[in-house]
Amino acid sequence: MARLVAALSGGVDSAVAAARMTAAGHDVTAVHLALSRHPASQRTGSRGCCSLEDANDARRVADQLGLPFYVWDLSEPFQRDVVADFVSEYAAGRTPNPCLRCNERIKFAAVLERALSLGFDGVVTGHYARVERTSAEAELWRAADPAKDQSYVLAVITQEQLRRAYFPLGDTPKAQVRREAAGLGLRVADKPDSYDICFVADGDTPGWLRDKLGARPGPIVDQSGAVLGHHQGAFAFTVGQRRGLRLTRPAADGRPRHVLRVEAETNTVVVGPRAALRVDQIHGCPPLWIAGRPPAGPFPAAVQLRAHGRPLPAVVSPTAEGVRVDLLEPADGLASGQTAVFYDGDQVVGSATVVATAATGTADDSGAPTDASPRTTDAAAPPPGRVRPPTPGHATTPDHATTLGHEPAAGRPAAAA
Amino acid sequence: MPQAMIYLDHAATSPLTPTAAEAWRRAAAVVGNPSSLHAGGRAARRVVEEARERVAERLGAEPQGVIFTSGGTEADNLAVIGGARARRAGDPGLNQVFVSAVEHPAVLEAARALRAEGFTVVEWPVGRDGRVDLAAARQSLAAAAGTIALASVMWANNETGAIQPLAELAPAVRAGGAPCHSDAVQAVAYGPVRLRAADDDGPDAVSVSAHKLGGPVGVGALVARRDFPLTALSHGGGQERRLRSGTIPAALVAAFAAALDEACDRRQDEARRLAELSARLTAGLGGLPGVVVTGPQDPAARSPHIVNAVFDGCLGENMLLLLDAAGLACSAGSACAAGVARPSHVLTAMGHPAEREARWGLRFSLGVTSRDSNIDALLTALPAAMARARTAGGE
Repeated sequence: MARLVAALSGGVDSAVAAARMTAAGHDVTAVHLALSRHPASQRTGSRGCCSLEDANDARRVADQLGLPFYVWDLSEPFQRDVVADFVSEYAAGRTPNPCLRCNERIKFAAVLERALSLGFDGVVTGHYARVERTSAEAELWRAADPAKDQSYVLAVITQEQLRRAYFPLGDTPKAQVRREAAGLGLRVADKPDSYDICFVADGDTPGWLRDKLGARPGPIVDQSGAVLGHHQGAFAFTVGQRRGLRLTRPAADGRPRHVLRVEAETNTVVVGPRAALRVDQIHGCPPLWIAGRPPAGPFPAAVQLRAHGRPLPAVVSPTAEGVRVDLLEPADGLASGQTAVFYDGDQVVGSATVVATAATGTADDSGAPTDASPRTTDAAAPPPGRVRPPTPGHATTPDHATTLGHEPAAGRPAAAA
Repeated sequence: MPQAMIYLDHAATSPLTPTAAEAWRRAAAVVGNPSSLHAGGRAARRVVEEARERVAERLGAEPQGVIFTSGGTEADNLAVIGGARARRAGDPGLNQVFVSAVEHPAVLEAARALRAEGFTVVEWPVGRDGRVDLAAARQSLAAAAGTIALASVMWANNETGAIQPLAELAPAVRAGGAPCHSDAVQAVAYGPVRLRAADDDGPDAVSVSAHKLGGPVGVGALVARRDFPLTALSHGGGQERRLRSGTIPAALVAAFAAALDEACDRRQDEARRLAELSARLTAGLGGLPGVVVTGPQDPAARSPHIVNAVFDGCLGENMLLLLDAAGLACSAGSACAAGVARPSHVLTAMGHPAEREARWGLRFSLGVTSRDSNIDALLTALPAAMARARTAGGE
C-alpha cells in the first residue's frame, strides 16, 4: 500500500484513476489543482479543469470515493512556468505545447515535490499512458487506447518523477473508463472531454495572444522577400498554417501557400508552397532520456512531433549539443519550440525540444515536388554554440546546395537552449 | 478516518448541544407559521416571542431589539449597511463608516460595499497584538465628528481571540455622535456581552450566531438598542419589524435561545476551564522552536477559546492537511470559493507579511468537547507535522 496524491481535475479520467488506486488498497488523498488566478464560475465549451464548477466536481468525486480532499493553489507557478512561458515562446516565434510544459513543471514537479515532502509516495493522474516498473527503473509506454494515448505530453518527465507517477488508465479504452465511472455512480461519468488549452477561455489562441502581446503589424512575404500582405502579429501564425493569411496576390503556380516560418526579430511571416515545408533533419535540445541516461549511440526510432501526430521512422543520434534526428520520411511544417518524442515501438525513449530543422533531401520522398525558388537567408545569424548539422546539401535550394549545409533551413531562429 | 477526530475548530462551528436539539424538536412539532392568525400560528408565534425575550434578557436588550436572522453574517450586514443607510437617510452629512482592519469579512466586506454608495470607509489599524490602535482610532473619530454614520468593532477576533477595547472605543464613537455596533459572534459564549445601558460603555448593537455556542446552524440575531437606526436590506412580508422579511424559523429560534441560555449559565465555569486549556496549549506551543503565538500576551485581553500561532516556514494549508491526516481538526484561515487558502487579513493587519507569516498561521479553537488529552495529542503531533510542512516549502 502506498500513500498517494490523486490529482482530480473534475473530469472523468482522473476520477476513475483515483477510484482504481483506492480500490487497489492504496491510501489516496484527493487534490484539486487551482491553476487559474481568476477562475470562471462555470465551465464553458471544452476547456476543463480551471473553473469553480470543475473544482466542485472534483470535490464531489472525492466525497463519493470517500477521499480526503484539498485544493492546492498552483496558480503562481502555472502562470509563470506555463502561461507566461507560452506567451514568451510565441513572441519569440516558437510553438510550445503548454500541456507538456504543465506536466514537466507543475503536475510532476511542483505537485509531486509537495506530495513527497508531505510524506506521500507518489502522484496519480488520469493520463492515458502506461508505466512498466522493473526493479531498476520505470518505463513509459503508450496507452492501450491509441486514440487517447497521452504518452507524448508525458515524455518530458524524468526517471525520478516517473517512478513516483501512477497512470492507472493506461491499459483501458476511454469508453470503459466512462462505463466504470457510471458504475461507481460518479456524476462526472458523462462529462465532456476537454481538448483545448485550458487557459485560453474561448479557444481563440491567436486572439488570446493578441490580447497579451498587443497588435504588432508586419509583412507577409514570399521566399524571395516580396511582400504579399500584412498581418497583425507574427506570433499568431504557426508553421504549416494555410488559412487566414489573406494574401492579395495568388501564387505563381496557383497552389495554396503555407506559413514556412515566423521571424520574430523582424516580425515577418514567410509563406511558400507546401513542398518548402518539408523537413528531414531535426536538431533538438536539451534531450530528456526516460531511462535517466543517454543511449550509447544512434538508434532507430519512431519520432512523433505533435500530440496526435503520426510517428515517423528516423534515426536518432545523441550529439554533444543535444540530439540529431534524421527522418526517413520527411515531416511537413515543423516549428521550433515543438517537442520531438522518440519511441521504440510503443515505448517512450526520450524527447527534445526542436531548435533547428533542415531539409537535406536524404529522406525517402522521391516524387515529391522540389521547391525551385531560393530560400531567403535566415534572419538571424547562428548564435555561438548552435547546432551545426553535419550533413551537407540542401536539396530544396539548389543554388545553395553545397554551402548552406551549416545552416538550419527552417528559418525560425534557434533557441539558445 | 484513522481514529476518532480531535476537534479543535469550535470557532468555525461547535456541536449542537442536547438541550438545543431537544428545544428544536419540541418547537418543530408545532404546526403553524408564526405570522398566521389561527391557533397554530399563535402557538408558533409564542415559541418565537418566548425565544426573543430570552435572547433579549441575556444580551441586555428589549425584546423588540432582537431581529432574528439567518446567522452572524446577515446580522452584520443588516447592522453595517442597514445602519449606515438609515443614519444617512436622517442626515445626508453622515457618510463615514469606521471598522477595524481585523473584522470578520461579514463586516469588512459589508463596509467596503458601502463605498459604492458614496460612503467613506475607514479601516482602523491594529497593533502587533491584533487590538485596535486606540490613539489612531480616537484621532480619526475626532476628526470626523459630526459626519460619522456608524462604527463597527468586533468583540473578540475570530482568528486570534483578541478582545477589542470596546469599553474605550464605543464611548469615543458616541462622543462623535454615532452608534457603535459589535460583531460578538465569538464572544457571547465566554464574555460579558451586553448592550450598553443608558450611560455605560457597551455597544449599541451586537451580532450573535447560534452555532458558535451550541445551537443550530442557520440562525442568529442582530440585537440592537431601540435608538439604533436600521433599514431593511431585503423585502417581502415585513417580518421582524419589517427589517428582515421571511418566515421566522420558530424551531431554530427556540434552539438558539436554549443554547444561549445554556452557554450563559455555564459561561464563567467554561471560560475558566478553557482558559486553563489555552494556557497549557500556549505554553506548549511556546516550547516548540519556530512557533510564535499571536495576539495579546495578556490572557485577560483574549477570548479563552482561541489560540492562534505562526509556524515558521510551514504553510498553514500543509499543516492542516498533515494534522487532518492525523485526526486533528483545526483551521488555516479562510479559503476562496474554489477552496484555495488565502493569507490571513488579520495576521497581515497585525504586521505579518502576506506571503510569509500570514500564510503560516493555524487557529486552534476550543469548546465544550475540549479536554486536556486533546491538547496533549496536538502538542505531540505538531513537531512531525512541522518538520514535513517545512520541507514542503512555505514561500
